[in-house]
Amino acid sequence: MIEQHLSILLVVIPLLAAPITAILPRARIAWLLTLLITWSCLLLAVWQLQSVLDGNIISYELGGWAPPWGIEYRIDTLNAFVAVIVAAIAAITLPYALRSVEQEIDPRHIPLFYTAFLLCLTGLLGITLTGDIFNLFVFLEISSLSSYALISMGRQRQALTAAFQYLVMGTIGATFLLIGIGLIYSETGTLNMLDLAGRLPSVFELRTVHTAFAFIMIGVALKLALFPLHLWLPNAYTYAPTVITIFLAATATKVAIYVMLRMVYTVFSIGFAEDTPLNEMFMLLGVIGVLFASLSAIYQTNSKRLLAYSSVAQIGYMVLGIGFGSVLGLTATIVHIFNHALMKAALFMAVGALIYRVGSSHLRDWNGLGRQMPWTFAALVIAGLSLIGLPGTAGFISKWYLVSAAVEQQNWLIAFIILVGSLLAVVYVWKMVEVLFFRDANTSTAETREAPLLLLVPTWLLVLANLYFGFNTELTVDIARSAASMMEASAP
Amino acid sequence: MMEFVLGHYNYWIVVVLMMAGFYTVISRGNLIKKIAGLNIFQVSVFLLYISIGNVRDGTTPIIAQGFQHYSNPLTHVLILTAIVVGVATTALGLALIVRIKEAYGSIEEEDIHLQDNSL
Repeated sequence: MIEQHLSILLVVIPLLAAPITAILPRARIAWLLTLLITWSCLLLAVWQLQSVLDGNIISYELGGWAPPWGIEYRIDTLNAFVAVIVAAIAAITLPYALRSVEQEIDPRHIPLFYTAFLLCLTGLLGITLTGDIFNLFVFLEISSLSSYALISMGRQRQALTAAFQYLVMGTIGATFLLIGIGLIYSETGTLNMLDLAGRLPSVFELRTVHTAFAFIMIGVALKLALFPLHLWLPNAYTYAPTVITIFLAATATKVAIYVMLRMVYTVFSIGFAEDTPLNEMFMLLGVIGVLFASLSAIYQTNSKRLLAYSSVAQIGYMVLGIGFGSVLGLTATIVHIFNHALMKAALFMAVGALIYRVGSSHLRDWNGLGRQMPWTFAALVIAGLSLIGLPGTAGFISKWYLVSAAVEQQNWLIAFIILVGSLLAVVYVWKMVEVLFFRDANTSTAETREAPLLLLVPTWLLVLANLYFGFNTELTVDIARSAASMMEASAP
Repeated sequence: MMEFVLGHYNYWIVVVLMMAGFYTVISRGNLIKKIAGLNIFQVSVFLLYISIGNVRDGTTPIIAQGFQHYSNPLTHVLILTAIVVGVATTALGLALIVRIKEAYGSIEEEDIHLQDNSL
């Protein structure tokens, strides 16, 4: 019974829970309900992934209306995998959220905070599951609007301007997507992705379709913070409440990457995209993004902003993977979506634990903290090594596939740049390590205690996952490879 | 040529509104004006969708005797959703502006940047 309705339940459960948390009287009860919801979403998402692993495709008709007239949820390996990532990060963030949110958010606003969080989760899960292109726009806006509100809840007043900046850029991006959807609808008369894939080839040579493609790509690129459209991201990640930084850094941009993949491979087909300068553009912007953002990260003095720039660089790697246009490149991108979610969530959690104790994300306030908080420090180091791509960590697997994809095409320059990017990552991770461990503690920080267990356990869960998926690559790589070859095969 | 220009007059309006709104968002430093520009930009897309739904010689899509051709109602429904999204965005943007005014005492982008950088 439940199995038939798995996909829709993933969206409906958090959506219904959101208004309920808003009217709950106590912050702790709201947290408990959100915790329950996120863990049940994770269970459902894992169940769903298991039922599509053998190549099955779940097609769910909303309200019993047959596609292409009704909205269809269409689940294959790729989006089931991304849904698991989103649900898992939400479920692991929630135990961490209890203490961190109580410290950073006004108690009266905490139930509303969780309402917005659940709406954001609804939006992100909805984007991954839907097979209808207009439905995708609606979910994109649900997740975006709630994340603007969440970011504005940061403690410093810059959070407000960061949220406003993101609102303006995010809305422009979403409206571009809307224009693109309108244009392809005017040519094909359908909004169902699969139906579009069947009908679009007959109108490929029309300029309207090319314009629509450009609008959709720019719109999604704004959402995924592709260099040079990343300007909203550093401020938003720096000033958002810690929990939101963790959640958004690990999921929001990854879901946008998924949308990009879906648009290029399922809706428009790779054959169409290869006639446009898309791959060359991805290569160029990916390379510049990796180098520019990594260099910017080195010069930051605020740890959250440093990691935010590092996120822009990591997005560069993912886009590079798409730009190769090969199964190996796609595999690298999909693996990196997963691994980057693991490492960035772990890093932001470790940074959040330090902020929890010291109340500042500035590196100058962190002198010598590593010795007072050894567990947090160790987590930060291991997750940092994973970010760099040291063998034995999850980050190495992504880098390995990315470099292999470059070598496969004998593109030595790109392979070299990927390595340079890793070296730059060494520099900015070392910057944090140096401050934390090799400097003498300030008088104000000399008495700092280790972070509370509720913050440490989720952090270490993710750190261990980073190590586990560095050794056991079967799960991630197999899923990524089967998703990648399925998308390549769908090209006519 | 003239027929092409006149026959697509609603699309010309869409283009003009879209560019005017987009330009306002980018060029104005006043946050309220930015939101107004964003609104004009979004409204132009609403018009685009409604224009797409038009069917030549079609009437309002309500079944009645003596009419065979109806305009496509789907684009209208889609744009109702987008209007709701637009209203929510505007409301959130204005709410943020109120709080920015409380925190900074200004809604001019330059002022706000100056205050942040002088810290």
